[in-house]
Amino acid sequence: MNRDKLLPFVGVVGLILVWYVGYWTRIVDPVLLPPPHTAAAALWKGMLGGNLYHDFIRTVARTLIAIAMAAAIAIPLGILLGASEKLYRSVEFVIEFFRSTPASAMFPLFLVIFGVGDKTKIYVAAFGAALVILFNVAYGVMNARKTRILAAKVMGASRWVIMRDVILWESMPQTFVGLRNGVSLALVIVVVAEMFIGSVDGLGHRVFEAQQLFEMPDMYAAIFAAGALGYGLNVALLRLEKSFVHWSGK
Amino acid sequence: MVATTLQLLETAPPASPSPGPGGGRPHITIRGLCKQFQGVTIYDKFDLDVPRGKFVSVFGPNGCGKSTLINMIAGLIPSDAGEILFDGKTLAQTKIGYVFQNYREALFPWLSAFANIEYPLKLMGVGKAERREKVQALVDHMGVKIDLVRYPYEMSGGQQQLVSIMRALVVDPEVLFLDEPFSALDYEMNLFMREQLQRIFVETGTTMVLVSHDLEEAVYLADHVLLLSRRPARIADYPLIPLARPRNDQTMSDPDFVALKGHCLEIFQREVRR
Ligand SMILES: Nc1ncnc2c1ncn2[C@@H]1O[C@H](COP(=O)(O)OP(=O)(O)OP(=O)(O)O)[C@@H](O)[C@H]1O
Ligand SMILES: [Mg+2]
Repeated sequence: MNRDKLLPFVGVVGLILVWYVGYWTRIVDPVLLPPPHTAAAALWKGMLGGNLYHDFIRTVARTLIAIAMAAAIAIPLGILLGASEKLYRSVEFVIEFFRSTPASAMFPLFLVIFGVGDKTKIYVAAFGAALVILFNVAYGVMNARKTRILAAKVMGASRWVIMRDVILWESMPQTFVGLRNGVSLALVIVVVAEMFIGSVDGLGHRVFEAQQLFEMPDMYAAIFAAGALGYGLNVALLRLEKSFVHWSGK
Repeated sequence: MVATTLQLLETAPPASPSPGPGGGRPHITIRGLCKQFQGVTIYDKFDLDVPRGKFVSVFGPNGCGKSTLINMIAGLIPSDAGEILFDGKTLAQTKIGYVFQNYREALFPWLSAFANIEYPLKLMGVGKAERREKVQALVDHMGVKIDLVRYPYEMSGGQQQLVSIMRALVVDPEVLFLDEPFSALDYEMNLFMREQLQRIFVETGTTMVLVSHDLEEAVYLADHVLLLSRRPARIADYPLIPLARPRNDQTMSDPDFVALKGHCLEIFQREVRR
């Protein structure tokens, strides 16, 4: 049915309607809840040559740098850990502990070490994302299908060749799960970090500043920009995953 | 000849059956094989001969150690003690092929069917052009009509298992092991794959060892049926199946076939009840 394609828009239209109703009936103070078209106009203006665009780009850059750093460190390390069960068992608790620690709690510590610049925001985000990626890669390597490893072994593959030709590939779907979760987490951390003292740009900064100045349409615009960014990054990674790990889930 | 064999079968099997069916020189000789899993003895001083160029089907109760046996012979799991030789050579000096029951988990889904088949040649360091040639020759020989550019997950179960059989055969193995290769396929596909395997066997003369839980399939394909007892596994019987090849649908209703199958079933049931 062609109509089914329109289904995802039902929720969007519904949300906008509820928003308008809330605005018209004055259930919420109109100063706090401007009408959707005002927020949309602020988003449009902000992204086309306004400050919002600049902040958007800053946040994207920080998130991407953080995830690249995290991946560069965590993927090789995860493979190493996953390949040796003993090694993994010995650091499992530490990884699990810090993976469960809210990365935002590490922020003040990183601030003291790296100062108020960009570095701190990026490093905290990279730290959080790296643990998520590390865990997933190691998990993927450890859970490589036994039969496939045996199949390679019986064909005469050495341990190293099995690692390169089988286990690495086997772990790839799980690596992508880690990357996707890592990107989401990195974005959260970056945006929160941008709200801290000393920040001069970024979506977090924009949301915080708009709120402080009581420029509500700008605040909503920044929130939606952040949402679009998170959604976009996730979709982009899913696309990449689909073309790269074509066999995943089949 | 069949009649005499049947007469032989009707006499009670010797107290301690010999490890081999006799006649011809053995290809695989197993002596004093021992294996325990967590204190449970699966094999204890087990002896077996697999004759050269013959098809041996392994049949026995669930969990008696059929897979364990061929996995130890193929070097997939270590044995606790004992000696396994291929024509006097060790496993390392022998080219073998192995076909798993779970083709889905045995093929490499990130490689096309073609790349899967040529993979063992790549491991052996065979050049690209020669690999291509060898795979093509095998495909032509088997008369397979599968688009090998496709990925395994785009194929039917039977096609995937054919690909895994070709992957095992492409190196011209001396012995081919198959662990319940067709049990995940429906009956029609099962019959088709039996024919394919029989044809490959007749044409290549490769020694084959098949584990099966389908007695009809086991007897149909075999030159010898290795009937194992409950664990610790012993040879309950090792009868010759002297039916002419190629066997076909009529074979299955042939009185000799039916009698041989009946005999195997009887031994099996005796062992299960014991
Ligand atoms: N890795 C293992 N660890 C512990 N026990 C095992 C292991 N592998 C097999 N076993 C046990 O050894 C026995 C023989 O196993 P095996 O898989 O060889 O049986 P099988 O004859 O192939 O059975 P099936 O008909 O179910 O395929 C079984 O009781 C099984 O539970
Ligand atoms: Mg088995």
